[in-house]
Amino acid sequence: MQKNSNNKKSNIQFDPFKNYQLSKENVGYVNRKDATQETYNEIGFMSGLEVHQQLLTTKKLFCNCPAGLYNDSEDYDAEVIRHMRPTLSELGEYDGTALMEFKTKKEIVYRLKHQTTCTYEVDDTPPFPINREALDIALKISRLSKLNIVGEVHITRKQYLDGSIPTGFQRTCILGVEGELQLKDKKIRLIQLSMEEDSCREISDVGHVRTFKTDRLGMPLIETVTYPDMLNPDEVKEVCDYIRFLNRSTGNVRTGMGAGRQDVNVSCTGGTRVEIKGVAHTKWIPELTHNECFRQWALLKIKEELNSRVGEPTDWEMSHKMLRFHSYNFKFDSIISAKKQLHKIVAVNLPNFKGILSHFMQPGKMFADDFSDRLKVIACLEKPNLQHSECFNPQISDNDWKEIRLKLNAGENDAQLVFWSPEADIQTALETIEERCQLAFTEVPNETRKSFEDGTTIFERVLPGADRMYPDTDSAPIPLENNYVEELGKNLPSDIIDRYHQLKKWNVPEDNYTFIFKKNLFPVMEKIIGELKINPRFLGSFLGQTLKYVEGHIKPAQKFNYEIIFKLFEFLKKNEITFELTKKMIPIVYEHPKMDFDSVLEQLKFKKISTEKILSHIPFLKQKFEETCRAQGKDNEVNWIMGELNHVAVGNIELSKLSKEVKQAI
Amino acid sequence: MTINMSEDFFQGYKGDALKTLRNYKCRVWGQAIVETTRGTFNGTILPRSENDDDQHIVMKIPTGYNIGINIATITAMKEIGYKKANYKIPEKEFPYTEGLPKVKLFGTGGTIASRLDYRTGAVIPAFSPGELYGAVPELADICNLETEKVFAVFSENMGPKQYISLAKAIGKEIENGVDGIVIGHGTDTLHHTGAALTFMVQNSPVPIILVGSQRSSDRPSSDAALNLMHAMTAAGHSDIAEVMVCMFGPTSDEYGLLHKGTRVRKMHSSYRSTFRTIGDTPIATISRQGTVPIHKNYKPRRKDRNVTILPYFSEQVTMLYYYPGMKPGTLDALVDAGYKGIIFVGTGLGHVNKELYPAIERAHKKGVHMYMTLQTIWGYVHMFVYDTGRDMMAKGIIPAGNMLPEVAWVKLSWVLAQTENSAEVKRMMLESINDEITEREPYNGYLVYQGGIPEVEGFIKKVHK
Repeated sequence: MQKNSNNKKSNIQFDPFKNYQLSKENVGYVNRKDATQETYNEIGFMSGLEVHQQLLTTKKLFCNCPAGLYNDSEDYDAEVIRHMRPTLSELGEYDGTALMEFKTKKEIVYRLKHQTTCTYEVDDTPPFPINREALDIALKISRLSKLNIVGEVHITRKQYLDGSIPTGFQRTCILGVEGELQLKDKKIRLIQLSMEEDSCREISDVGHVRTFKTDRLGMPLIETVTYPDMLNPDEVKEVCDYIRFLNRSTGNVRTGMGAGRQDVNVSCTGGTRVEIKGVAHTKWIPELTHNECFRQWALLKIKEELNSRVGEPTDWEMSHKMLRFHSYNFKFDSIISAKKQLHKIVAVNLPNFKGILSHFMQPGKMFADDFSDRLKVIACLEKPNLQHSECFNPQISDNDWKEIRLKLNAGENDAQLVFWSPEADIQTALETIEERCQLAFTEVPNETRKSFEDGTTIFERVLPGADRMYPDTDSAPIPLENNYVEELGKNLPSDIIDRYHQLKKWNVPEDNYTFIFKKNLFPVMEKIIGELKINPRFLGSFLGQTLKYVEGHIKPAQKFNYEIIFKLFEFLKKNEITFELTKKMIPIVYEHPKMDFDSVLEQLKFKKISTEKILSHIPFLKQKFEETCRAQGKDNEVNWIMGELNHVAVGNIELSKLSKEVKQAI
Repeated sequence: MTINMSEDFFQGYKGDALKTLRNYKCRVWGQAIVETTRGTFNGTILPRSENDDDQHIVMKIPTGYNIGINIATITAMKEIGYKKANYKIPEKEFPYTEGLPKVKLFGTGGTIASRLDYRTGAVIPAFSPGELYGAVPELADICNLETEKVFAVFSENMGPKQYISLAKAIGKEIENGVDGIVIGHGTDTLHHTGAALTFMVQNSPVPIILVGSQRSSDRPSSDAALNLMHAMTAAGHSDIAEVMVCMFGPTSDEYGLLHKGTRVRKMHSSYRSTFRTIGDTPIATISRQGTVPIHKNYKPRRKDRNVTILPYFSEQVTMLYYYPGMKPGTLDALVDAGYKGIIFVGTGLGHVNKELYPAIERAHKKGVHMYMTLQTIWGYVHMFVYDTGRDMMAKGIIPAGNMLPEVAWVKLSWVLAQTENSAEVKRMMLESINDEITEREPYNGYLVYQGGIPEVEGFIKKVHK
């Protein structure tokens, strides 16, 4: 057995911050803006995506509750409690996550609201036949994703013991496998597309009680899964955007907060597939994937270091002692309140872990943070739940640490943890710490991690495998006949990549594309250009700049339908008003989608004036310019006159044409 | 290597799908590459449910999901490997703990512990102390468990033969000194069996607990484990030595209820809290901490072994659920078919239309024993209130008090297997063995609240459903 390290000298002059910086350099971490493709090639960056998208249906997937209605957490009508217990998969195996979740012994509370919840959501009624509207939309998207469509849809149960679904499993089904997306300069392969019921929204997770609400539960959702074909962080974002734009191009998906979310899988050479869950915005992806890849790289450095320190990892063994509160001079609030709640204080010695705890993991995070995150998730210990011998801001005094080391009979190369916990959770907590230490010797743990806006992640769960799948014995298979699949293949929107090339051909500036795809404005553009013969470049910028600004600053009184934009251009064309006026009209039109365009013109105090009349003002203005003492010069003169004429000119004469006239007149 | 020829290589496949598998020499559990007009599919071929069509082959793809492939689209297919799944609940020896009560668990089928059945696509029961311990290790803290599979049938297939053999098996176990009995049972007819055992196993010195689950144990949020723990606790530790049904109180995982076998009914097709005591309060609540009696008077646990087993059941009793306009021929047909006892399920206080009178008279003359119960489920038969009721009594229909229709059917079947003397039948029918007819209906024995009413909404918001 590997004992505590031999040297029993006191912990002299160890500076955790210096150690953190040193290990960061040793890992070779660079900021993302300084990273190049070589940086990622060196550590073997690899990433794949699971893109979730809610479908725009009136009802949920397996029951007749309305979809898309949400309620506040405190606004509920009843509560139901469940506990989850692991069950065997179809192939007779228990799933790793399932066993971990069982360890946590959580009481799951569901808050129900009458309008969005029936007995199906709380698992007191078997599923109703699948929502056909959802199936149609999902199959269209499958066709657009060039997937091989299955012959028969089999509803499968995917086990989730975290409580996010009251049954303990998600009903899900594969619609297609092996597809591909053509990007600007690369093909991305797709593994599969599935349709599933959305999960509950979490309200809180404190100690042994986790609370959810069931409004979102059961809404139809698709998941597009790619192969790990992306080789740098920006590419991951590009692919994710592409998939989201593709989904939106059908016009049958939900938009807004939470309607699209993605899980991002990342690994480095020698690392493991780690899943970053629930990334709400694609713009977060580059930083998250960059940091995750380096986090794994750092773990591999730790593995190397630990193996060089310890002969046989299997011999490594930690030890622990209970601490008596009064034997120490604890001042830390969390320890004092733990004591008040009659919780226990436990000290753990981690042989040969000195310098590992403060080892760099992610910007602002060290290895020891993982213990704290796992104790929260697995042993239900609320944070702050521990202190360790390499904290940057220690809350336990040097003197106390000295005493603790003596009590643990710790050696010079050991590190120590102190955690506080209800007595019932101590065993799980110790097992959790030991397991994490053991894993440090052997691998990057297979896990899912929760993402934060700053680009860092924390431990969420052990990564579930294929072992959590089970056929849904409550549902019959659904055959997909050839003619049905063919029929759905007709009238599909054009591919995003083709639309991209068309925008290029139209000479629309590229900085407008994201907004156009995000809002699925391409179809309305095509119609305006085709039927009204409007300059595509002007239209593209009008949508990508003016409309985008307006949407960001004005709240419409009713839902704004983009078909109104076509009507607006049509109106102007018919009335022979120049299209520059759209920029002035759109804030009012957007705010009041039901207002007729004549009234908008009235509000703008717009009058039709003939070109001759406008031009007739020029000599007078020219004189005026000369009379007043202004900065001289031809350009200034033209600009000043243009400015004076602007309010009568916009809508009546193209400004470029007017400018020409003014220049000529001078 | 020898191949076991009796093994079914094509589990569940038939017709064209079977032909396709044979043609391409691909077996169930074989890993296959399938070329189709819709593209290539990879995966393990799974058994197919016998009730599904013969046009598709089921595969588990590498991500763990199942899909079906239409055989008409298949252009080529090749088996590249073979790995049979072994679906088995991990079996661990059930530990013996000194000082814990000895409980016997009888298995009859049902979903207490179950696994997948590819033949039907449904779940089938799995059952042994080892399997149960593997799935619900907490049981070992409650009792020392022995199990015996008396038969394996789905709830709806439980019937007279099963009642009789179960009653006999229970008698034997009691004589052998067991501290409590648990019967795992499908939920559909749990209450019929509850009544049958109440009449067949009288004067039991130990609790006899019937338990099932509304969600099969292959689901993480199944009620099976908690129901089983409650049942074992009730059987091993409770002082109430009656035949009881033990199922969820609320739909939440909180506590269970113990219902008298004669007063309980399944009231919802799928809710966890489906079993309700009708016309009375449940006998007790049960949690892992133990039983808390609601009834003050119950038959207490005893040290002796003096149980009376009366394993009788006539198969010549039927039920007639009345509807307006029912023709006399309906009743005549039952009588002509040789039924000796008929339980009427009448409207309101216990009524049928006048059109049936001649048929009733005819049945009475032929010696058919007729009893009246209620479609209202709650309340007593009151045949004195209206003339029609009095008419019917005069024609030979006997009101069965507040006996539940199913219980009346069970009891008359049990009685007619012992005597056909109409006075004796009547005495036995109306003399309660365990509250199948109660003298009083407590005012909290009928509580069917309606949602939407402010005070009820207030209640369900505060108290877990």
